[in-house]
Amino acid sequence: MTTPVTAAPEATDPGAAVTRRAEARRVTGRSKAGKRRQRLEIALFVAPALVLMAIFVVYPVYSAARMSLYRWKGFGPMVDFVGLQNYVRVLGDDVFTDAVMHNFIIVFASILVQLPLGLALALLLNRRIRGRGLLRTIIFVPYVLAEVIAGVVWFQLLQPRTGLLETVLGAVGIPVPEQGFLGTPDLALTTVFVVLTWKYLGLAVLLFLAGLQGVPDELHEAAQLDGASWWQVQRRIAIPLIAPTIRTWIFLSMIGSLQLFDMVWILTGGGPANATTTMATYLISQGTQSGNFGVAGAASVVLFLIGFAMAVAYQFLVLRRDTKENA
Amino acid sequence: MRRSGRAALSVLCSSAVLLTATACGSGDDSSASGGDDNTITWWHNSNNEPGKGYYEQVAADFEEANPGVQVEVVAMAHEDMVDKLAAAFQSGDVPDVYMERGGGELADHVEAGLVRDLSEDASEEIEKIGGSVAGWQVDDKTYALPFSVGVVGFWYNTQLFEQAGITTPPTTMEELATTVETLKGAGLTPVSVGAGDKWPAAHYWYYTALRACSEGVLTDAVTSLDFSDPCFVEAGEALESFIGTEPFNPGFLTTPAQEGATSASGLLATGQVAMELAGHWEPGVMQGLTDNGEGLGANTGWFPFPAIEGGAGDPEAQLGGGDAWAVATEAPDASVDLVKYLLSDEVQKGFAENDMGLPTNPAAGDSVTDPALAQLLEVRDASPFIQLYFDTAFGTSVGNAMNDAVALLFAGQATPQEIVEQTQEAADQEK
Repeated sequence: MTTPVTAAPEATDPGAAVTRRAEARRVTGRSKAGKRRQRLEIALFVAPALVLMAIFVVYPVYSAARMSLYRWKGFGPMVDFVGLQNYVRVLGDDVFTDAVMHNFIIVFASILVQLPLGLALALLLNRRIRGRGLLRTIIFVPYVLAEVIAGVVWFQLLQPRTGLLETVLGAVGIPVPEQGFLGTPDLALTTVFVVLTWKYLGLAVLLFLAGLQGVPDELHEAAQLDGASWWQVQRRIAIPLIAPTIRTWIFLSMIGSLQLFDMVWILTGGGPANATTTMATYLISQGTQSGNFGVAGAASVVLFLIGFAMAVAYQFLVLRRDTKENA
Repeated sequence: MRRSGRAALSVLCSSAVLLTATACGSGDDSSASGGDDNTITWWHNSNNEPGKGYYEQVAADFEEANPGVQVEVVAMAHEDMVDKLAAAFQSGDVPDVYMERGGGELADHVEAGLVRDLSEDASEEIEKIGGSVAGWQVDDKTYALPFSVGVVGFWYNTQLFEQAGITTPPTTMEELATTVETLKGAGLTPVSVGAGDKWPAAHYWYYTALRACSEGVLTDAVTSLDFSDPCFVEAGEALESFIGTEPFNPGFLTTPAQEGATSASGLLATGQVAMELAGHWEPGVMQGLTDNGEGLGANTGWFPFPAIEGGAGDPEAQLGGGDAWAVATEAPDASVDLVKYLLSDEVQKGFAENDMGLPTNPAAGDSVTDPALAQLLEVRDASPFIQLYFDTAFGTSVGNAMNDAVALLFAGQATPQEIVEQTQEAADQEK
């Protein structure tokens, strides 16, 4: 569902490159045969990707959209056409609207918490401090861990009574909720978010560090010679220069938060009392678990539209500056 | 054992899989997987010994007795089988002999024309099995033959009960509340429940409904999908007051049913809690969750779900369910013979001797060796009426809406009235 969304910004790049190259060749005045050969080349290189995209992206999207108009249990012919009734049911379902809300809470919390934290760590790790390599590894390891494995480990750590976390917190006198962090509806989403931050902070730090490496040393030197403090150098030079990286990270984080599924499914399964449902867990519980494939289809179309609208809006409002600069 | 677990699902499912899987097309009339009339494909979920080897032997014996017929046995883990069956139903390429859980799920398959009517061909076996086949009948026709039917009840740790000074298991909801208090007084956690998976929590409501509602009301509800009888609200109230005694393990709202030592079954198996409401699969599950492979061993006890004072339901009636062999519409005729053979005295006896479940053929009753299972068999056969799990009986859509609502009641976020309303709302979508 979301693949076309993530593919969108990247897809513009090769396309632009191809047209640019085509223009360049036209200027040099190649023969007709050359042009034809070039078209063939383009077709040859693009075709496999297009075929894959048609099979694994376009067709499923079409299929989900079609499914959303029927009442269908997952087998037998799809004949019970119900129009937009599934959409009415999805949008009127508190569980779904809550799930959308949870997705957006994660989207904004990620940006508000992980961005400053990631940036601070990246700036810190960009300095020459002892054990820098080790620290970088420690921060990046969670990102490399398989999501399911990390989820199961955290699930065990967070167990009430027997879990390690409670033992540690109890030992230093911090009170723990009676039902555990995951079992208390008011705390569950926050707990999931903390685990997600632990898991994905590494990616932010890695991207920001890579961006910071690209800032020329001369700029730092020049600023220092002019009497700028370390903080001023970061604030006025380094951060503005890695802004395109930050904007790309926000985009990735946003899409990831909208698709959020694995970690929630392992830690809480959407519970307790639907406190941590996301759009993706709603799809599974309505579709494969309850056999309401029409409703799940409608929900997946809504998820697609939300993801698509946000991606396009972000592209136009924010990312376009970066792609223009590059061109 | 009974359903696909959350962890397994999470690996297999993603929204992408959901979409592409359903994109595989609907209702293409591709041929059944047997290929020709002499090869039978048989899917089962006994993928551990001794069951796996036993079924291979059964297939070999059948081939010998029916020259020219070949049986292709496919043994897989339960979760895998459920997922593969779902995909098979979508594509129409259904195995010749497979498992059906009955109820609304089966009715849907029948409506889609996927299952063969066995009423005539297996009339002898149907008569022999008796009342248990009811769960696999649609409009008085039998579409599958149950080979194992079990009942749900409280499994308890006899040692912990003794330690708390409890000599007789509770028989009424009031006594159950007292038992919970006594266990708490002895510093024990009374009950574990895998409310994270929802259905273990829902089983409590099914049972209080079974105790509060008469058989007639429940039977009518399955066909009319009408839950207006006040007994359904009473069921929720009885459950609400039990939840009010705070009997459950900490964090029960996200506790899984059967996966790992911190699951509801794991807590019972490792002596962390005194009891758990579960089906006949529980001893097997607990064996898999303990290092020595014994589960609670000699400390395993069982008592039926207590009665509700003044409830219209029969306290002897039990909640249960099971597995049945079904034949796909396009399967070769020999498949019916295989299913009949699977229900024969001989195969059912072997099934019982290997502790693979609770046999439905009365001739095999004495062959059950495990004492806990033998006790269950007695209870089952003495029961005037076995109510199929509601979520299976009403079909997945209504069933899951019901389970979700009960899980909310456990979290204190739904009232008994709301359980009925949400169930009715989902049921109205089916009409």
